[in-house]
Amino acid sequence: MEALLSLFIKSVFIENMALTFFLGMCTFIAISKKIETAVGLGIAVVIVQAITVPANNLILNVFLKDSVLLQGVDLRFLGLISYIAIIAAIVQVLEMVLDKYVPALYQALGVFLPLITVNCAILGGTLFMVERDYTFVESVVYGFGSGFSWMLAIVVLAGVRERLKYSDVPVGLQGLGIIFITVGLMSLGFMSFSGIQL
Amino acid sequence: MNSAVRNVIASPLVANNPITLQILGICSALAVTSSLKTALLMAAALTTVTAFSNASISAIRHHIPGSIRIIVQMTIIASLVIVVDQLMKAYAFDTAKQLSVFVGLIITNCIVMGRAEAYAMQNPVGMSFLDGIGNGLGYSLILIVVAVIRELSGSGSLLGYEILTLTKNGGWYVPNGLMLLPPSAFFIIGMLIWIIRTKYPEQREVHDFKIHEKHGLGNR
Repeated sequence: MEALLSLFIKSVFIENMALTFFLGMCTFIAISKKIETAVGLGIAVVIVQAITVPANNLILNVFLKDSVLLQGVDLRFLGLISYIAIIAAIVQVLEMVLDKYVPALYQALGVFLPLITVNCAILGGTLFMVERDYTFVESVVYGFGSGFSWMLAIVVLAGVRERLKYSDVPVGLQGLGIIFITVGLMSLGFMSFSGIQL
Repeated sequence: MNSAVRNVIASPLVANNPITLQILGICSALAVTSSLKTALLMAAALTTVTAFSNASISAIRHHIPGSIRIIVQMTIIASLVIVVDQLMKAYAFDTAKQLSVFVGLIITNCIVMGRAEAYAMQNPVGMSFLDGIGNGLGYSLILIVVAVIRELSGSGSLLGYEILTLTKNGGWYVPNGLMLLPPSAFFIIGMLIWIIRTKYPEQREVHDFKIHEKHGLGNR
């Protein structure tokens, strides 16, 4: 139990998806203009991440690992293509389920759900899970934690950017440039968690 | 070399750079640049994947039904990335280990998908291949510049060879450890964007509010 809690803390603060591993940067920068949209996208990422990482963990352990499907057959080279297919399929199914049963949430998430398929934080979470060889329970915790870390980062950045609109930035640095500097400073702040021993 | 070909290859380098102007593929640009070696390998991998995915998607572009084109593109790109990944594990195992998940993440790199969708679906095979090379090189250029700055100032070496003699080896250079940490990558890319936008003012973004505008508030 304690190990799982420390895995969660580690995945949220010390190994923040966006600020330490730079994953999901494209959407992170493009869709962080307003806090509301950032929260919507963040929730979508948490949900998808918490489902896809354990799902891919099952795929890995049931089908791909050495000699689990057929004696002497190692299918791990098919990993990448199966993970991305699983992610795309789960996002599609999730979209239909939400549309049918929770239309309010479906409306709120809007275009963000399909966008998530190509968000590298999602595939990145799965690949880290594979690399570190998590068990199923660990992968559930890790999926939720890493999704939450990404949501935390994008909501904070959106808050900063809402304020940044009114500030006087040098002409060439306006827009993209100043966002990078801001994210750099945020990342510097998150570096201070890296000394925590759990 | 005629001008259309030159334009396809040269324009993504600075003027229409996929990273600094189109904000595509930033994730890996930041993560693999702490040393020049990983950056070079990553740049080579991405250029190869973009060029070949562009060429193969362009070759079958008249046969892809519009409604499932994203899946078809994804499958082609994922297969190419698997090939590159396996090749890297076979021939450059140590560097591939350092790149860890980022080779796999080429699949979701927006440059590959973006070029397939924006260029390869409308243009013939040869030009699409060159467009892939051009955009790959534009990406490589930024990666190499950032990696050179980070490795040189962070550990005083390039490709593992010591350029600035470190104090611990009896030299004069005290390495700046921050340059090897994630935040410095953000700062360097931010600065590069600033430089490029000073050179090409048309890339600047319009500010939401004008701060230095004169307001008609009477004779103050």
